[in-house]
Amino acid sequence: MSEKDKIKTLLVKKPLKLDCGQTISDFPLAYETYGKLNDKKDNAILVFHALTGDQFASGTNPITKKDGWWNYALGPGKAIDTDKYFVIAANVIGGCMGSFGPSDVNPKTKKPYGTNFPVITINDMVNAQYNLLEYFKIEKLFCVIGGSMGGMQVLQFVSNFPNKAHTAIPIACTASHSAQNIALNELGRQSIMADRNWQDGFYEEQNKQPDKGLAVARMAAHITYLSKAGLQEKFGRKLQERDDLKFSFDADFQIESYLRYQGSVFVDRFDANSYLYITRAMDYFDLTKKFGGNLSKAFEKSNTKFFIISFTSDWLYPTSENREIVIALNAIGKDVGFVEITSDKGHDSFLLDVPDFLNTVRNFLNKSYEKI
Amino acid sequence: MKKEFYNIANLVTKNAKILDVGCGNGELMKYITENISKDIRGIELSKSNVQKCVERGLTVIEGDAEKDLKQFPDNSFDFVILSQTLQAFLDPENVLNELLRIGKKAIVSIPNFGHWKVRLHLLLKGTMPVTENLPNEWYNTPNLHMCTIKDFENYCKQRNIKINLKNFKFQNLFSELGIFILEK
Repeated sequence: MSEKDKIKTLLVKKPLKLDCGQTISDFPLAYETYGKLNDKKDNAILVFHALTGDQFASGTNPITKKDGWWNYALGPGKAIDTDKYFVIAANVIGGCMGSFGPSDVNPKTKKPYGTNFPVITINDMVNAQYNLLEYFKIEKLFCVIGGSMGGMQVLQFVSNFPNKAHTAIPIACTASHSAQNIALNELGRQSIMADRNWQDGFYEEQNKQPDKGLAVARMAAHITYLSKAGLQEKFGRKLQERDDLKFSFDADFQIESYLRYQGSVFVDRFDANSYLYITRAMDYFDLTKKFGGNLSKAFEKSNTKFFIISFTSDWLYPTSENREIVIALNAIGKDVGFVEITSDKGHDSFLLDVPDFLNTVRNFLNKSYEKI
Repeated sequence: MKKEFYNIANLVTKNAKILDVGCGNGELMKYITENISKDIRGIELSKSNVQKCVERGLTVIEGDAEKDLKQFPDNSFDFVILSQTLQAFLDPENVLNELLRIGKKAIVSIPNFGHWKVRLHLLLKGTMPVTENLPNEWYNTPNLHMCTIKDFENYCKQRNIKINLKNFKFQNLFSELGIFILEK
């Protein structure tokens, strides 16, 4: 069994009209499931991944051999308990873990799409994943959940399909990507595009990889996922395997070495063009746009119970932006809970072992499931 | 559950839409959810209390009543409950206005600084009163704006706030707690 065979794929036959105007059909959507769908089909949770995540949320990722990205939260007996719930996670379109993405071969040219791949949006991602409900014959999901870009998909899903989820948990996200976040994403994209090996996006046909550019993009982004206090506590000014400064541009400091390592392992598992496409989708995300700037209107038809979670040290998607969603829902009398979790682990808190966060998710899910 | 909560719960009507401002660990909300109305949610400032509410399966919004009530539209709740918190706000007048704006009715309870024990304490000992209901010393009390039942009634009178019900018998001297239903 080759590694790619370990990826489950739904071939979506139905045409999907993208926001950019193009229509795609017969495209692959890679997914993974955890736990069992019960007879009533009322225990399904759809998990949306963040920028560099994929469908392998739990257990061991068979491709990278690393732990699933949400291993702390998701699995048997965990906060999202797969002994109890049936969890579906899909790779977003534009991604690089088996779903339709820029490294796929264009049947017309027999070459990888590269930057001829259509620009996709959060809306497109969610509309593509909706096909999984039909595939599994699930009338209504128990929950849609995700952090960061996953949270944006949660919001978009509920807005697009107001009666298809009993509960929704958007975590550490926003309803409208901020200038600061667009700026940070642009920094990453420019880093990739500045790499000579990027070749206007057609690097694969030339057997090149813009690894340097992608690694720098990851390094810069990685800093934004942490907090100043967290970095200071973990690294401070500690030196990397040396007693004193070397008076060179070698990685003297542990933080430098750590970032370089993060960059180098990232390029082994992630496609540079996918990074461009997915960050673009995040930047284009503004749920209020269609509704004249009024976020409440995006949720007017929804009967979903919302539970929004933010983290004290998250400066990328700060509490204030999460609270905007709470305010918009309260303004129209929707059922919404909100918790800000204390953590010095920054935006990444939702991926890490933060007991208050994990307990909160567990309690909300289990108590809500009793009531459906 | 403390007696005050039973008294407050008795004042809300079946299936009413309710907001509990400063809902604490959710004890009152849980009782109301199970016995009177499921359409109840709370606002709470303390993170540990918010966690307890979530554990109990209650809808809670972490937030500060002094800042976060303005997100609710006018008359969006049948009842808004404020139990023994009014005196701890920086700007109680603003909070009261907000309660009466977002709730058709507001149920407000206050610890009564006019109770005889409080009066006697100050008279005989000459120090700031410390009682069961007011357990803190002057330097660490969260209570910034203590008032008596009489003060509160005067306040409402001056602002044409209707006091629909007063849930205490011997008024200012003998009630440790005043519970009021207010309407604009």
